[in-house]
Amino acid sequence: MPDASSLPWARARLHIVTGKGGTGKTTVAAALALALASGGKRVLLVEVEGRQGISQTFDVGPLSIAETRIAYAPGGGEVVGLSVDAKAALLEYLQIFYKLGRAGGVLERFGAIDFATTIAPGVRDVLLIGKVYEANRRRKDGRRSDPVEGDMAYDAIVLDAPPTGRVVRFLSVNEEVADLARVGPIRGQADSITDMLRSGQSVVHVVTLLEDMPVQETADAVAQLREARMPVGAVVVNQVRAPILPAGQLRSAARGRVDRDGIRSGLGSVGLATTDAVVDGLVAEARDHARRVALETELRSSVDQLGMPIFSLPALTDGVDVAAVRQLADLLTDQGMVR
Amino acid sequence: MTPPGVRQPGTSRPARPARPARSGRPVTPVKRAAAPRLDIDALLADRATRVIVCCGSGGVGKTTTAAALGVRAAEQGRKVVVLTIDPARRLAQSLGLTELDNQPRPVAGLDPAGGGTLDAMMLDMKRTFDDVVLAHSTPEKAEQILANPFYQAVSSSFAGTQEYMAMEKLGQLRAQSDAEGTWDLIIVDTPPSRSALDFLDAPARLGSFLDGRFLRLLTAPAKAGGRAYLKVFNAGVNLVSSTMSKVLGGDMLRDVQTFVGALDTMFGGFRERADLTYALLGQKSTAFVVVAAPERDALREASYFVDRLGADGMPLSGLVVNRVQGVAAPGLNAGRARAAAEQLTEAGDTFTAALLTVHAGVAEAAARQRNLTDRFRAGHPSTPVVEVPALAEDVHDLAGLRAVGASLAGA
Repeated sequence: MPDASSLPWARARLHIVTGKGGTGKTTVAAALALALASGGKRVLLVEVEGRQGISQTFDVGPLSIAETRIAYAPGGGEVVGLSVDAKAALLEYLQIFYKLGRAGGVLERFGAIDFATTIAPGVRDVLLIGKVYEANRRRKDGRRSDPVEGDMAYDAIVLDAPPTGRVVRFLSVNEEVADLARVGPIRGQADSITDMLRSGQSVVHVVTLLEDMPVQETADAVAQLREARMPVGAVVVNQVRAPILPAGQLRSAARGRVDRDGIRSGLGSVGLATTDAVVDGLVAEARDHARRVALETELRSSVDQLGMPIFSLPALTDGVDVAAVRQLADLLTDQGMVR
Repeated sequence: MTPPGVRQPGTSRPARPARPARSGRPVTPVKRAAAPRLDIDALLADRATRVIVCCGSGGVGKTTTAAALGVRAAEQGRKVVVLTIDPARRLAQSLGLTELDNQPRPVAGLDPAGGGTLDAMMLDMKRTFDDVVLAHSTPEKAEQILANPFYQAVSSSFAGTQEYMAMEKLGQLRAQSDAEGTWDLIIVDTPPSRSALDFLDAPARLGSFLDGRFLRLLTAPAKAGGRAYLKVFNAGVNLVSSTMSKVLGGDMLRDVQTFVGALDTMFGGFRERADLTYALLGQKSTAFVVVAAPERDALREASYFVDRLGADGMPLSGLVVNRVQGVAAPGLNAGRARAAAEQLTEAGDTFTAALLTVHAGVAEAAARQRNLTDRFRAGHPSTPVVEVPALAEDVHDLAGLRAVGASLAGA
């Protein structure tokens, strides 16, 4: 089991969480934020795709560009939620850095804001991560500076990032705007963001399931992240189901070699139906279970081969609610993913 | 009374009597509100169906569904082309797609008995965009556009470009099948957007932007200059121009201006093209198939999409719910199985106890999924639904696609 203080991201303030669609990356990001917040820390949890996944996970009203507390953590900590919208981020950015006032509204009327936020390639992503960059440098007194421990508005930031297929492009803002903005403020902002991502303050975690496609995409994303010199952190294997049968019985069950008479008498002894239909059904379900466990074991070894720290979270049988996210947060802490 | 959580996918049609499932296991028919069932075979057999659009959120098996529909339609005699956007490697291999060359290629290994054919292709959005430029301008002009940095960025990285080019390619394939009779059915997978709705909106957004007044203003601010009544407008123009150049940098602004200037003379309006595509999608010959997994988020997205298609008057065929948990021992309810497992563990029969625990998990998962899909049905009582059982493994060959196709058809 990895020890948090020796982990490569022990210094990280910005945790970027990605994963294939459907792997539960928002849930994992939420759990990680709660885990980081425990013991009196203040953590910002950010989404950038306007999905309102965070507010649904925490069962609070829709989030916006206004930072809103969404949960308390044990020991006085809190998680603050933020849904970054490129348009609002641009207007805020113009306000902070250019003191635009009236111009913002004019730009909006002329479609310039739409241009910058939806069409101009890369600019949108610069704005979205730019908001995270700004929050990362914000001090308690509202001024901005390189992070100084204990002095910052947030002790940590968790970014619920785009899925694996898009995350590398999303983070590679520098390359995205390189051809377009050779100089100028957008370029400057992109450079600062890239510095932040590579400074050791940031780390990218990938969420996967033990299924073919997510594991394949995880391997692809890790390779691309490494190639793009992005700081790769942990793999979080989500929705892990413990095998119900012991290893030897799994093997026989996978082959359908089971003692049907034994099962029949077992069922009879507790007053259950002992028809062929029931016995066949149970055997078929056990076979599927055994095959699935075998596949998961195989996939788990491909995840191991990525050479990254791995943390596992169980499948939640009753769906995801705040209580469940808290449980997952504890599991991440217990496994040493956070200090 | 039927215990909760007991349902075999594909048997939800109330009128259908109990019949053996494929594996020969007995199946209990379940009484259920008369929700219409999505009849995939009828949809594929209907020669009036010329375009099928598969849409839904990421990770729900959209591309697999599109490919499986293609195989089934082709083996039933249709001349099909499947346009995939970003298929997983193994799925691409199962269709024989080894390279991204932006051209439909015949899929080998199909049963030719029905007289149908199947071609498949992966979308290369940059190449599609390049082709549009080449087809609509002089060679010199095309060269100028293709070399423009802004064009290069827009054509390869702007998120909306993928949606736009998927629609552009769909239009091309449709034109080719109308003119040459190459295909009589086009099946399109949709890009893995932030939201399934992006795919409907993005073409219009790109179209209206490229055609919009902001770009006109960037390209020809001088035109407005002479008119007195535009003084206020002009003040705005200057403010916009100076701010844009402050924020973006003068170089980028110039690149944009060159790019738009070049495009402007070339196209008869992007907006018009986007409108045409949108109109094509709205025709009766198009069928939207929304794909979801039996999970909260995927079904919520599916609901939005169904509502949106309805609001836009788009021809919705129905919902495919993929990866539905099957129950092989439906006669036994989960709670009873758990209690019995406990008793058996105490009595030392841990194997039978484990089987019952496995069953309880399966039955509970099925019940949860049924709750979620029932909620969808309640909200959309007239939307036909078909459920596809979960497969043990991901699809990686034609046989796998055939099996998915059979499940889609409820066979």
